[in-house]
Amino acid sequence: MIDLKNLTIEKARTSLDAKEFSAVDLAKTYLMEIEKKNKEFNAYLEVYDDVLEQAKTADEMIAKEESYPLLGIPLAVKDVILIKGKHVSAASKILENYIATYNATVITKLKKQGAVFLGRTNMDEFALGSSTENSAYGVTKNPHDNSRVPGGTSGGSAAVVAGDMALAALGSDTGGSIRLPSSFCGVVGLKPTYGRVSRYGLMAAVSSFDVIGPITKTTKDAQIIFDVIKGNDILDSTSIADKKYLGTPKKDKRVIGVPWELINQEGINLKVKENFKDAVKKLENLGYEVRDIKLPNCLALYYIINFAEVSTNLARFDGVRYGIHKDGQNLLKDYLLTRRDGFGKETKRRILLGTYVLSAGYYDAYYGKAQKARIALRKEFQELFSEIDLILTPTSPIPAWKIGEKSDPLSMYLVDIFTVTANIVGVPAISVPSGFVAIEDKNLPLGIQFMASHGAEDLLFEVGKNFEAMV
Amino acid sequence: MDIKDVENLANLARIELTEEEKSELLHDMDSILGYIKQIEEVKVDVQHSGLNIINCNVWREDLPVVVDGEESFSKEFITEQFPDSQDGFLKVKNIL
Repeated sequence: MIDLKNLTIEKARTSLDAKEFSAVDLAKTYLMEIEKKNKEFNAYLEVYDDVLEQAKTADEMIAKEESYPLLGIPLAVKDVILIKGKHVSAASKILENYIATYNATVITKLKKQGAVFLGRTNMDEFALGSSTENSAYGVTKNPHDNSRVPGGTSGGSAAVVAGDMALAALGSDTGGSIRLPSSFCGVVGLKPTYGRVSRYGLMAAVSSFDVIGPITKTTKDAQIIFDVIKGNDILDSTSIADKKYLGTPKKDKRVIGVPWELINQEGINLKVKENFKDAVKKLENLGYEVRDIKLPNCLALYYIINFAEVSTNLARFDGVRYGIHKDGQNLLKDYLLTRRDGFGKETKRRILLGTYVLSAGYYDAYYGKAQKARIALRKEFQELFSEIDLILTPTSPIPAWKIGEKSDPLSMYLVDIFTVTANIVGVPAISVPSGFVAIEDKNLPLGIQFMASHGAEDLLFEVGKNFEAMV
Repeated sequence: MDIKDVENLANLARIELTEEEKSELLHDMDSILGYIKQIEEVKVDVQHSGLNIINCNVWREDLPVVVDGEESFSKEFITEQFPDSQDGFLKVKNIL
């Protein structure tokens, strides 16, 4: 029996290459685990029927002495990334019958390595939310407490990694969608620099914020997947040149900035604050210099751009070329009915809000102003990163909440306070586990988030590994 | 904002709403717009907006890209998923 609990990509690679177990053995073990648990947690929307075939192909490659970092590694994929010939729905009813017509670039890269795709994972519809409660296919439950949310929007991806239903997973991050569920489920989540990983084949939520990234058990595993999926892509005009950012020079002492004012404000859970202060102490003990910095609350700016781009990006779902189609008396009625029946509550809300902030009369006050503030913020960050190496915050101001507890949409938006900033300016960020808090007899995981300057993922991996060794 | 504004936005966004949805959305939008109004207080001295400062545009020929020896997308999968078609073409209702 393979010990899934303690298995990492790194260890699995060694065992597969040494033929201690085969890719088929490993895939079978995961399929059994999924069979046992998925009914309860609703983390996978679909488990693919060709998993063992994929694993067999991987074994054939291994038999030929081929070795790639992800050869034979069982991965889960968020239901928003296209795999040619497979269903993909963005957890929306409007795409319930949709079959991907091409491979996302990240999928092409992973397939070349011989990775094994187990299935597609649940999420908030069109990646809009913070809890996975906005899925048209039911909420995913947190493996640490099944009465609580796993975080969102990549909640299914974080839950399958935490619940040993996949060795690692792909998620996408628009305003914290990889990092927030990773912290709620006690795993590692990396949001790469904007443009460093191709978005080709990722259904767009907010095109200027979206990025694909890994959810894993360790920082090292996140680095392994990132190294495979990164790179310039002719099919994504916003992907950046490979040589745009060179590595960060080695330094004896790294400086971490902490925005204490933002963390000490009301609304941040006391246990989260305590856990965070402990983490800061640990980093000081590791030799990092910690400095107080100022960071603004960027939620208003973030949500204005989010609404605007979501309303534009989701205009393509109209029942004409693909997805569900509701028939009315004329073409206009077709649109109205298809979108009425196809979109969920939060999606409709954001489309309307986006239509509002982009409409004549309000454009300058909202969207125009937000774009200017975004440019100013990016400049502020460039100055900040000339003095410090990393920025540290809690990943979330509160631990995972009970399913159904947050019925007011605004209160859910406020949970993204620490994560949205990295998306606005496009810098990379990582969430790493920082321990547990006991709430109602359950131990709930917490996470801390590091941000680094554009292209400095290597710094995140360095600090993530150092911190992991202390927890 | 009032119900008429919600109806107008829904019409622009091509979404039909029930009366119940309209009043719920009105309530939510009021509180959300009240919150994002904070943007008014942000002071910026940037003159231009809408400029993509992270990347510049990249152009390529408008031709199918070949990935690993095959066209990157499947025409067959695309046409199979048309809600309505005739002779391999997408069939839509009259526009006028």
